[in-house]
Amino acid sequence: MNRRSIKLEVVVALAGLAVACAAHAQRKEAAASATKDAVTADFEKFRAVMEEASPAELFEARGEELWQAKRGPKNASLEQCDLGLGPGVLKGAYVRMPRYFADADQVMDAERRIVHCMVTLQGFKAQDLAKQPFSNESRTPDPVVLVTYVAGQSRGMKIAVPQKHPKEREIFGIGREIYNFRAGPWDFSCASCHGEDGKRIRTQELPNFSSKEQAIRAFQGWPGYRMTGGLMHTLQWRLNDCFRQQRFPEPGYVSETLTALLTYVGANANGHVYKGPGIKR
Amino acid sequence: MADPMRIRAVARDGSVNVKVLMSHEMETGQRKDASGKLVPAHFIQSVSATYQGKTVLQAQWGPAVSKNPFLEFNFRGGQKGDKIAVTWEDNKGEKRTDESTIN
Repeated sequence: MNRRSIKLEVVVALAGLAVACAAHAQRKEAAASATKDAVTADFEKFRAVMEEASPAELFEARGEELWQAKRGPKNASLEQCDLGLGPGVLKGAYVRMPRYFADADQVMDAERRIVHCMVTLQGFKAQDLAKQPFSNESRTPDPVVLVTYVAGQSRGMKIAVPQKHPKEREIFGIGREIYNFRAGPWDFSCASCHGEDGKRIRTQELPNFSSKEQAIRAFQGWPGYRMTGGLMHTLQWRLNDCFRQQRFPEPGYVSETLTALLTYVGANANGHVYKGPGIKR
Repeated sequence: MADPMRIRAVARDGSVNVKVLMSHEMETGQRKDASGKLVPAHFIQSVSATYQGKTVLQAQWGPAVSKNPFLEFNFRGGQKGDKIAVTWEDNKGEKRTDESTIN
């Protein structure tokens, strides 16, 4: 056997090995995706059971009472609060926010608007409401309960975040910028985790919020009752937590930054059905 | 005063399926607060359900039951349109009764 034929044999053998490897990898991949699907399916079963017994309902009931109660320095109820569809109209209001409000000359998301109503109608002070923005084990802040009630009034309705007013389109663009803006000690952006399909952290699948199909998952289940600690949280808390996890400075309570992000993700989710307040692990 | 319960009761095939969601802290008495002091126990101790004056469920609960508990049970013989009442009492003597119509 001359040297050339030996070489040829080696090449053929290597090619054979490569084919075998590829087949092996394919089987492994198929097996991996089957386990992944099984895990996802089990998670979905778990969620379905939990949703049936969601304590978010208790907060909705409490929010309804709070909405109608005469409170604050002005001793007024929130029944005259205009969430974009006219004073006191709650049905479908949550899925149509963030939107432009002429009286405030700015785009507001649901929680920001409700806080605005608490300040203008009831006379509460914004800085007092910002003292404890999120639920802890001793107290669930009023805006959290109110947002849960208002969100429940849009159960089963389609997300329809308006993009007609120039300010609505402007803030959508700002939201997209913030979503893609890489900074901080870890050089992170929202898009680092939520900008590609098929990413996950541990067993949690991460939705891609730039995708029209997946952006709805930012809204689904929020406001949500977290089984960890048994606390009710809104999207304000969730987005704040994203900033914290990226090691960014945390935004102020009901800040314009979060309205911008919610407009970007919300308008991307337009047309998908919102299932109402939910339950989270 | 404790928040109201959410009760859903549905009659099917001669029995009634009841789902109850209660609003309660359910403190075990084992947890410590930020300053290291024990958080006093505060949990539902007894639960009962009555249909037309008859007790259809009676339960004794302890601190192992979760915060904002969910209870589901079936009983035979309930009629659509009738009322079902659920009562709980906690270790501090606080009580709450709520009613719902069977669908």
